[in-house]
Amino acid sequence: MKALVSLIAVLLLALIAYAGASVPGMRLLFGVVIPYAAFIIFVVGMVVRILKWASSPVPFRIPTTTGQQKSLPWIKHSIIESPSNGLGVIARMALEVLFFRSLFRNLKTQVGDGKQVTYGEAKWLWAAGLAFHWSFLFILVRHMRFFIEQVPAAIIMIEGLDSFLQIGAPLFYMTDAVILASVTYLFIRRIGIPQVKYISLIADYFPLFLILGIAVSGVWMRYFTKTDIVSVKILAMGLISFNPSVPETIGVMFFVHLFLLSVLFVYFPLSKLVHMAGVFMSPTRNLANNSRMKRHVNPWNYPVHVHTYEQYENDFREKMKGAGLPVEKE
Amino acid sequence: MNIYNKGPVFLGIVIFLALALFPFYNNFGKTNKKPDPKTDTPEIIEYEKLNGKKECVEPKAFMRGEHMVLLNDWRDGVVRDAYRGYISKANGKRFNMSIQNGCMKCHSSKKKFCDECHNYLAVKPFCWDCHIQPKEKEEAKS
Repeated sequence: MKALVSLIAVLLLALIAYAGASVPGMRLLFGVVIPYAAFIIFVVGMVVRILKWASSPVPFRIPTTTGQQKSLPWIKHSIIESPSNGLGVIARMALEVLFFRSLFRNLKTQVGDGKQVTYGEAKWLWAAGLAFHWSFLFILVRHMRFFIEQVPAAIIMIEGLDSFLQIGAPLFYMTDAVILASVTYLFIRRIGIPQVKYISLIADYFPLFLILGIAVSGVWMRYFTKTDIVSVKILAMGLISFNPSVPETIGVMFFVHLFLLSVLFVYFPLSKLVHMAGVFMSPTRNLANNSRMKRHVNPWNYPVHVHTYEQYENDFREKMKGAGLPVEKE
Repeated sequence: MNIYNKGPVFLGIVIFLALALFPFYNNFGKTNKKPDPKTDTPEIIEYEKLNGKKECVEPKAFMRGEHMVLLNDWRDGVVRDAYRGYISKANGKRFNMSIQNGCMKCHSSKKKFCDECHNYLAVKPFCWDCHIQPKEKEEAKS
């Protein structure tokens, strides 16, 4: 049901763009006004979210570790699993961000034959997640050719790598197939595993369908009904030089693609997708495990009046002596 | 709002903004040239004189979007099936399926025609991996 609502929502959005862009007067709205607004909301929204998180104090070190912390010199220290300094944190964070290391440890818990709990490998989510995120990054970088007049060699190289199978014309991009397959897998996983289905919300299905919609409309324009990409680049270059014009020759499917992307931009900082920034701000990942080397003072501690034993003894030394109690100083 | 760990947080924000706004500042102050594929080679002008109009194998709108599909089909037809005749869907004329003796005969300047859009969009067609690239001899004449 939740999946269906999300699917209908995305289809409706696509339909709005399709119908809207078919009206000549609306092309400026869908081609210029909405993308600008969406981009501003994305950038400002992300910064606001980051600042909001950064305003929460993290007084104590709470990294989740899976290795030996730095201790005595003859005990082997696990530098990445339990980093003791910034360098270790950077290494740990890089592996987390680039290769989803903690998800790699994902386990499947089952009750085995002998009624014991057994734990098995569960790498599919990790593999599909990694495939999805990396192909998304490749696609994003590839799209930079629409935003740079003299396309740099690095982007041409990535594009060449993506299309090096040389299938068909225009050349088939591997990441197009990978992103469609991985998003489909992520969706099937959500409805296929009862426990995952139970905890899945519209906020989980909607971004999947939205990204699927963006990918399908992009694939559609490249391999099926071609859109005039020269005009698309003219529009893109116009947008980034604040001198936008919407060429007549751009097909309606492009506006579906652009509108769904604009929705994604708006949705990004307001939803779980903001984990793009959040992963860097996870205290269980980004803190060094140095609680035993460094004193971390709680920033909201208020001054507590302390009366130490030394002061107590100074106050009552004579009386204590008189009562025969032992004292530290004579 | 009290921001903790200002150093890394602001560094992160700066990196995010630098990446997100890259197209804007990268293009700042540049004048953007639109591609302009020329269809005024001496051969095309000659053709126009004889036939009263410029025309390609298929209409312009079709060629714009689908020329790569057409050429790919041509290659498969010629190389795999030894089939060289292409009947235009638009006007029923028969064309020789050949890039060097067909397309490039009229569009005799690769630089002023093919490369205009291909370079604009960083498209690297692999035509010239096998075919011999035509020499840009027309430049001196025109």
